[in-house]
Amino acid sequence: MKYVIIGNSIASVGCIEGIRKTDKAGSITVIGEEPYRTYCRPLISYLLMGRTTEEKMSYRDDQFYVENMVTCITGKQATKVDPKQKLVALEDGSTVPYDKLLVATGSRPFVPPMVGMDRIRKKFSFMTLDDAKALEQSLTKQSRVLIVGAGLIGLKCAEGILDRVKSITVVDLAPRILPSILDETGSELVRKWLEDRGLVFHLADSVAEFLDDTALLKSGTVVPYDVVVLAVGVRPNTELLKDAGAEVGKGIKIDDHCATTIPDIYAAGDCTESHDITIDQDRILALLPNAFMQGECAGSNMAGQEALFDKAIPMNAIGFFGLHVITAGSYIGDDRLYQSRNGYKRLFIQDGLLKGYILVGDTVSRAGIYTSLIRNKTPLEDIDFELICASPQLMAFARKDRAAKLGGVQ
Amino acid sequence: MKRVYVNEQWCLGCHLCEYFCAFANSGQSDMARALKDAVIRPRIKVEEHDGISFAVNCRHCTEPLCVKSCIAGALSVKDGLIVIDQDKCVGCFSCIMSCPFGALMPSDTGVMQKCELCTSNSAGKPACVQGCPNRAIVFEER
Repeated sequence: MKYVIIGNSIASVGCIEGIRKTDKAGSITVIGEEPYRTYCRPLISYLLMGRTTEEKMSYRDDQFYVENMVTCITGKQATKVDPKQKLVALEDGSTVPYDKLLVATGSRPFVPPMVGMDRIRKKFSFMTLDDAKALEQSLTKQSRVLIVGAGLIGLKCAEGILDRVKSITVVDLAPRILPSILDETGSELVRKWLEDRGLVFHLADSVAEFLDDTALLKSGTVVPYDVVVLAVGVRPNTELLKDAGAEVGKGIKIDDHCATTIPDIYAAGDCTESHDITIDQDRILALLPNAFMQGECAGSNMAGQEALFDKAIPMNAIGFFGLHVITAGSYIGDDRLYQSRNGYKRLFIQDGLLKGYILVGDTVSRAGIYTSLIRNKTPLEDIDFELICASPQLMAFARKDRAAKLGGVQ
Repeated sequence: MKRVYVNEQWCLGCHLCEYFCAFANSGQSDMARALKDAVIRPRIKVEEHDGISFAVNCRHCTEPLCVKSCIAGALSVKDGLIVIDQDKCVGCFSCIMSCPFGALMPSDTGVMQKCELCTSNSAGKPACVQGCPNRAIVFEER
């Protein structure tokens, strides 16, 4: 059996581990655009903070490819997939034949057109290790950094570089920060926390025009800058499979087996759409755990096992300067809000199920117990609702359920 | 694989397991010196309510959501045991978001810690089991 994986990040590793659970002999070829072994992309901000090193950022240990008998083709881009002849073409004109193919091409930064972009001398995205290295090289203690985008990427970047620059200004079209994961209360709390550390925000605003070293905002505000980081959003890399004839929406369409609409071709990670079980709809869930589990599921199926990935939910754990935020699910139905000394908790309940939660500050402990209620669609009538609302705890489960959870092997 | 299990009908709620855990992982040789006046950060936690109590620690799941969710590649499975490389961990809390047992928590340095069945300290076998006065906590194959 010839397995080929396009992409060399988290979903790819999940796939390799999924394949090798059953098939110890088949050949595995990984085609990766970046000239690195699999590294932890979400750690690039920690790298700039000095909290990790390039060596430690490696996702698996040095022997991973050897132990799993993986052939790596790195630094080359796959340009075409031919499902009839079962070939992947590379940019250098060579081809790689496959029996089972995983497409894990990830996503790329989305950069909306803005007037005067060609006048920015130091302009960066913040997704890859090379992005982080390039940004790092351009920074000095005198740098005035303008970050366009107050989402997860933009703000993690801000945290990563704050200590090495003079100032950071963040501009976003949305009226509040982190709108994809936080409610208004949370956005405001985190914004104040970041402002206290020196970040300056211009929200509900956007860049009207970039001049050589100043940005003119729609509101009339003038922001002087030396360095610009563009962190507006990301778009899935779907072109390879779209051109090959697979069904593609916003992302590549896959089923519960992570199979695409083309036989023997699977897809996983940020390039796909997931089925979010909290709203029963397909949507892009560009999250590391999702990528790993999809890749692993695809790998098992490619190796002839039957595996399902049917528990996708949005979930995020993120922290800024020691303030931690954990969120999951969808913010629908009735909600319950609990203030705590240094943060708050908000739970969302619909049809007798926990559908989502927001935990900020000192409420994050044991959050995974809440996450499991959402993933497993645990009927809240089966557990002690008041106890579970008070704090995530196994005590809230009935004795027999607790015995099954704690007394056996999961 | 042998795991730590708690028979909740025998648990007295005495919290000694938490103290033995904290001591075993303190790196010190004297229990009083290690724990006196210290805020302990045990890797096993006793839940109590309405006369019921039991201790919870890592279940060493065969499909470990913490490992699959770790953004730093710091959690891994070694011979069935879920272990953490604290040198790689950046303290992002993704494992706290994922673990259905609430069995990971920050250490005093901010990176995560978890029960490794006392394989990474000098206790030899799980200290919580050895210290449980009512033999409510056992270390066995199931």
